Amino acid sequence: MTTTPHIDTHLDLKGLHTMADYLAKKLPQAQLSIAVRELTLTIAPEHIPAAIALLKDDKKLQFTQLIDLCGVDYLGTKHPHPTRFAVVYQLLSMAHNQRLRVKTYVAEANPDTRHPIPDTLSVPTVTHLHASAGWYERETYDMYGINFVGHPDLRRLLTDYDFVGHPLRKDFPLEGHVEVYYDAKEKRVAYKPVDLPQELRRFDNVSEWQGATGNAGRAAADNTFTNSYNPDEFK
Amino acid sequence: MSATPAQAAPKTVLETTLPQSPISAQRSMDSQPHGAPGANTPFTLNFGPQHPSAHGVLRLVLEMEGEVITRADPHIGLLHRGTEKLIEHKTYIQALPYFDRLDYVSMMCQEHVWCLATEKLLGIEIPKRAQYIRVLFSELTRIANHLLWLGCHALDIGAMAVMLYSFKEREYLYDFSEEVSGARMHANYFRPGGVNRDLPEGLTTKIAKWNDNFEKNIIGMLETLLDDNRIWKQRTVGIGVVTPDEAQEWGFTGPMLRGSGIEWDLRKSQPYECYPELDFAVPVGQNGDCYDRYLIRMEEMKQSVHLIRQCLAKLEGELKGQPCKIQNFKISPPARNGMKSSMEDLIHHFKYYTEGFHVPAGEVYAAIEAPKGEMGVFLVSDDGPKPWRVKIRAPGYAHLQGLDFMSKGHLLADVTTLIGTTDIVFGDIDR
Repeated sequence: MTTTPHIDTHLDLKGLHTMADYLAKKLPQAQLSIAVRELTLTIAPEHIPAAIALLKDDKKLQFTQLIDLCGVDYLGTKHPHPTRFAVVYQLLSMAHNQRLRVKTYVAEANPDTRHPIPDTLSVPTVTHLHASAGWYERETYDMYGINFVGHPDLRRLLTDYDFVGHPLRKDFPLEGHVEVYYDAKEKRVAYKPVDLPQELRRFDNVSEWQGATGNAGRAAADNTFTNSYNPDEFK
Repeated sequence: MSATPAQAAPKTVLETTLPQSPISAQRSMDSQPHGAPGANTPFTLNFGPQHPSAHGVLRLVLEMEGEVITRADPHIGLLHRGTEKLIEHKTYIQALPYFDRLDYVSMMCQEHVWCLATEKLLGIEIPKRAQYIRVLFSELTRIANHLLWLGCHALDIGAMAVMLYSFKEREYLYDFSEEVSGARMHANYFRPGGVNRDLPEGLTTKIAKWNDNFEKNIIGMLETLLDDNRIWKQRTVGIGVVTPDEAQEWGFTGPMLRGSGIEWDLRKSQPYECYPELDFAVPVGQNGDCYDRYLIRMEEMKQSVHLIRQCLAKLEGELKGQPCKIQNFKISPPARNGMKSSMEDLIHHFKYYTEGFHVPAGEVYAAIEAPKGEMGVFLVSDDGPKPWRVKIRAPGYAHLQGLDFMSKGHLLADVTTLIGTTDIVFGDIDR
C-alpha cells in the first residue's frame, strides 16, 4: 500500500504495531489487522462491552472517546464478509494520540436476507460506557434495524415519526417507498406510494451509450422515452 | 437571566472559582426563581422546529419545572436528506457537492474531509501548492463559520449589532469563494487529488488586503462589543459548564472540548496537509462555560488570520506556478485545452466524468478539525467507482446530544445560549 504523506503525518507505524501486540495479549478473542495505516479490531458482538470497557480504562490504551458508531451492510459486495451486517466503532485515545476501529459482525438468525426480522440482529449496548453512544446506536437502529440490547431509549432518530423500514440497508430502494404530498381535501400533509415522473436511471457504466445493462428491467424502463418518440409529432 | 447570580466582573474573575459541575437542578429549584409555591408543576414545552433561535429545524421537547429545565429531548432529522444513501449511488466526484450541503456554513472544510478520505484509500499524495490552497480556504471557511456563529449567538441572546458587522465580513469571504470556484456557498472546489483550478490572478492580493483589515479593524471591534459587555457576561459566564470528563464522555470535539481545558486540535495532534509547517497556537479554556468557548472561537479567528497570511506568502512565493492538482489523469482530469488535441487526454476526460475512478477496496477513517469540531468520514470501498458505504461523523451531532445534560437545571432562556454555544447547524446533524 502506498502512503499518503499529507495525511496523519504524526503517525508512527511502530507505535501502532506495539499497540496491536498489546491488544492481542489483552483480548485473545479478537482479531487485529492493520490496513491503510489504521488498526482494526474485530470481535464477536457478545464481547463488545467488555472490550470497549477495557479499551477505555486500560492505562496503556485510554480510548476515552467514542468518536463514531455506525452500521455497514455488506449485501452484494464483491468481497466476502462473515455476515451481512457489521457495527463499527471509531475510538480515539487523546492520551496516546491513537485511533482504533472496533468492528463486530452481526449474525442473522433468519437466513432470508431480504426480510430479516430486526430483533434477530442484536449487539449489546455501550451506552453505559460512553454516553455519546446513545444517539449513535439509535441512528444505527433506525438505519439498519440493528437492535442494541440494553439501550435505555432505542427510538428512531433521523427518519420521520412512524417511518417503516431501514433506509440504509442495501435492499431499501434509493427512491424509497412513499412520498409526501399536501392533501388539499384533507388539508394536511399525507403519504402516498412513490411515483416518479421519470424512472430513476442507474447507469452501470460498462458501456455509456448502451444505457443501463446491469438490470434488464431498468434498461427497458429507460427505453420508454425512445419508444414513445414520434418524429411526426412536431411537424 | 441565569440561575446563578450575574457575574458582571472583569475578565480576571474567570480564572478564579466557578462551579466545577453544571449547576444542579436541585439548587436551581430550591431557589425557585419564578412563581409562588405550586407554580413549579412539571410540564412539557415544545421548542421549535420553527423557532428563530433553533438554528434551523430543531424540535426540542423540554420537560420543565416552572422555568427550570429538567430534561431536554432534541428531535432531529427534520432536515434528513439521506446524504449517506445518495452517496452510495454516486461516483466519488459526484459525491463531493453533497458535502458542501452538510454543514452549510463551513462548506470547504466538509469537502476537505471527503477528499482526504478518498486520497487516503487511493494512497496518493497531492502537490504542495494544492495543500496550501486547501489550508488557505479551510481557514477562510473557519472564519466565515465563526462569524456566523458569533452573529447568531449574540443575536439569540440580545446583541443585534454583532450580527450586522459579522455578516458584512462574511460577504467578502463569499466573494473569494465565488472568485475561486464560481459559487458563493456550495463551492465544490476541493477535489480528490488537489483543487479544481488554480487561484485566479489578483485573488491573493484581495485576500491579503481583507485579512489585514479584518485583523486590524474588525476582530477588535467585535471584541469590544462583547468581551466586557455586562449583559453578554450575564448570559454566558457559568452557563452550560462542561467538565473535561463530561466532554470526553459525550464525544465533544473542537471548541466544545477545548473550552473545558483539554488541549486537542487535530491540526496539531494529528496533522494533515501542510499544517506541521505552519505556525499557530491552540487556545484552550478553563471553566468550560459559554464565555470560555466564546473567547476560544474569537482567538481561533485570530489564529486563522495568522495562518492565512502564512499560506498567502507561500503561495505567492516559492509555490507560485506549481501544479494545484495531482498529475495523474486517472484521478484528476486533464487540462481542457489538452483534450482538444490529445486523444489520450480526451479518453481520460471522458472516463473521469462518466465512470469516475476506482478506489481500491478497503475501509478508512479520515478526520479534520472543522470549525465546529472533528468532522470525520468513514469510507468503505468495494473496489468500484462508487463508495460502498460512507458514514459522516458530524461534530454538531455529538454536541447536540449533550444538550440534555448541559441544559439540566438551567432556565428556559439559557437554552438559546446553549444552542448558540454548541454552534449547531442542521445540515450536518441530520445529513
